[in-house]
Amino acid sequence: MSGRPPAEDIETSAGASDRTPVDDADVCVVGAGPAGALVADQLADAGREVVVLEAGPRFDFDDRLARQEKAIRPTYDRPDVWDSDPERDAHSNSGEWFYPLNHARAKGVGGSTLHWQGMVMRLHEADFNSKAERGVGVDWPIDYSDLRPYYAAAEHAIGVAGGENPFGPPREEPRPMPAFEPSHSDSLFAEACDELEIAMHPVPNARNSEPYDGRSGCVGYGTCQPVCPSGAKYDGTVHIESAEGKGATVIDRAAVQRLEHDADRITAATYATPDGEFRQDADAFVLAAGGVETPRLLLLSESEQYPDGLANSSGAVGQFFMDHLFAGMGGTLDEPTRQNHVGFLTSETHQFYDEADAELAPFKLEFFNYAGPSPVEMALTGDDWGDDLLERVRDGYGTHIAMGGLVEQLPREDSYIGLDESTTDTHGNPVPDVHWNVGDRALRTIERANELQRSILDELGVEIEWTAGPDSTGPAYHHMGTTRMSDEPADGVVDADCRTHDLDNCWIASSSVFPTGGAMNPTLTIAALALRVADAVDAAV
Amino acid sequence: MELTRRDAAAALAALGAGGVAAVAVGHTDDNGGQQADDIDKAAIRRTMVAAAEVVYPDDIAGIDEFVNTFLDSRLAGDRHAAAVDSAVTALDDRAQSWYGDRFAALSADTRDAVLREMAVDTAEPRREGEPRETVRYYVVNELLLALYSSPTGGELVGTENPQGYAGGIDSYQRGPQA
Repeated sequence: MSGRPPAEDIETSAGASDRTPVDDADVCVVGAGPAGALVADQLADAGREVVVLEAGPRFDFDDRLARQEKAIRPTYDRPDVWDSDPERDAHSNSGEWFYPLNHARAKGVGGSTLHWQGMVMRLHEADFNSKAERGVGVDWPIDYSDLRPYYAAAEHAIGVAGGENPFGPPREEPRPMPAFEPSHSDSLFAEACDELEIAMHPVPNARNSEPYDGRSGCVGYGTCQPVCPSGAKYDGTVHIESAEGKGATVIDRAAVQRLEHDADRITAATYATPDGEFRQDADAFVLAAGGVETPRLLLLSESEQYPDGLANSSGAVGQFFMDHLFAGMGGTLDEPTRQNHVGFLTSETHQFYDEADAELAPFKLEFFNYAGPSPVEMALTGDDWGDDLLERVRDGYGTHIAMGGLVEQLPREDSYIGLDESTTDTHGNPVPDVHWNVGDRALRTIERANELQRSILDELGVEIEWTAGPDSTGPAYHHMGTTRMSDEPADGVVDADCRTHDLDNCWIASSSVFPTGGAMNPTLTIAALALRVADAVDAAV
Repeated sequence: MELTRRDAAAALAALGAGGVAAVAVGHTDDNGGQQADDIDKAAIRRTMVAAAEVVYPDDIAGIDEFVNTFLDSRLAGDRHAAAVDSAVTALDDRAQSWYGDRFAALSADTRDAVLREMAVDTAEPRREGEPRETVRYYVVNELLLALYSSPTGGELVGTENPQGYAGGIDSYQRGPQA
């Protein structure tokens, strides 16, 4: 077929032909996002019998161009791109801050990497020791040095294109692919940053700057978030397919309802499918359903032994929900800025990151390549056509420029994922309640990030038109902290190996184990921890 | 500015030779699909080209070939083709009722008037809804999507690589004078 296949003609993938349990499974992985995919692939590679249960569907790769139409046309909302179902994915928001959960995740094989931006930084060394180094938050039970070899392995597994970062943590070798070249827009920023003595450096991208691992180099579709039709952007389907090639079984539309258990072990996962409800036994279980569904599943698996939720002797399951806060600013320049040719970033700065203390959080600054509207999106919104439309798009496109940034929020007792017992999903289970709150340190840091952004944009001569400041910030869609890692069982849900303190055969591979979040996009750390979990599980079963 | 086959095939150009080859051999056989026999694809094509002549900028050339090639992929399946057919039928009905002829047979100014008198210009694009809304989605925005995600459409407004087109990773690095 030529041209652009219509979004409407996407057929629902049949998915798994057999959704019955796997006999003699060594490991059952719950969730087929990047963490579950990497764990499954590693353990299948080690010869383990692995089954992955994924609540959402399997999407056909060949439909991605049609899904791109959903991303571009204003008729579709962002959750429509990956077929979010408002009843299946129902949730509540009882916190002071609204949280658009179904804009923040994609449910299906590949998980939220289907729609992610694809920025993959290592946390800085001090991020693992927030309490000791900055006097706030908590320390991780592991250090950067514990994760460092897994970071390197994760960069190779995912395929990371990046260059030198003078402010980054120590590393042993370059990333596997060269960084994407800076943009024309970066060159405009560079003049201003030179004047202000702010160093720009490349963004590490989980997208191919050249062919890698059998996948194409980036071809510049410009819709990275929420869909990459070429497959140059990494997503969890890469390692799901790899795991299947090594003998793993992946069952889609298999929503785990409950984890059956005794005092010390999970014995089975009961899961609902279009073909009926089944029970999967396994020697070990790895929960990899993200920072919202993982604690929810544990809470739903309450029992006499664990009346407050499975693996929740500490009371920390669902607690300390964190995200990163967005700080941004933008406007227009009196010259072409060449935006929206690609959908990813090429330059950032971590120069101010390690100035963090008790008063100010770590943060990074980003230089956008997609400021302002894209021409096609402008063309599809308006009450004109013909030459009038052309003039409007010409006037509206071409001179926008903007910066972004991410800011750490601290873990807080009043920020958590709970269950809303008054509302149930399509399976009759209470829906997750996102109770999100943010503290003053993060808000002060957004102001600090805005100050720097303003200084750069002023130096550049930008007419500033918008600011995402403390009163207008939003989440970066990074769900962290809800099954935190701790040395002491009383302080968290999992130990330094990401095994639950309460249950001997249950590990969690997710950003939900982060005790603090730093201000780096979390997926590389999720991937590194997943590879480390795979080693731990392989050694234990 | 001249629209080319490259523009019509733009979206799929990066996905392999199969898509390009399909363009090279001409339009898909409209009778070869699995659709209901009552969809008059020739009429759809005529109406869409006639609408494009209104909603595209005046100095665009090559509209007939561009729209027809774009429609090859759009009309190949069932659901979208049926919905386009419904929208086009609604447009033709209004044209017939108000101006005594089908949409494609009217002058360009009259076609423009039909669309505006239906309030298509101010309508929300919807897949289901009033005729003005479905015509906005399946006719006007369908055509604007095709043009402004193509290389030629992008160049009209200052980018060689508009969103939706796999234009590579060189253009974002270049300055405006390059």
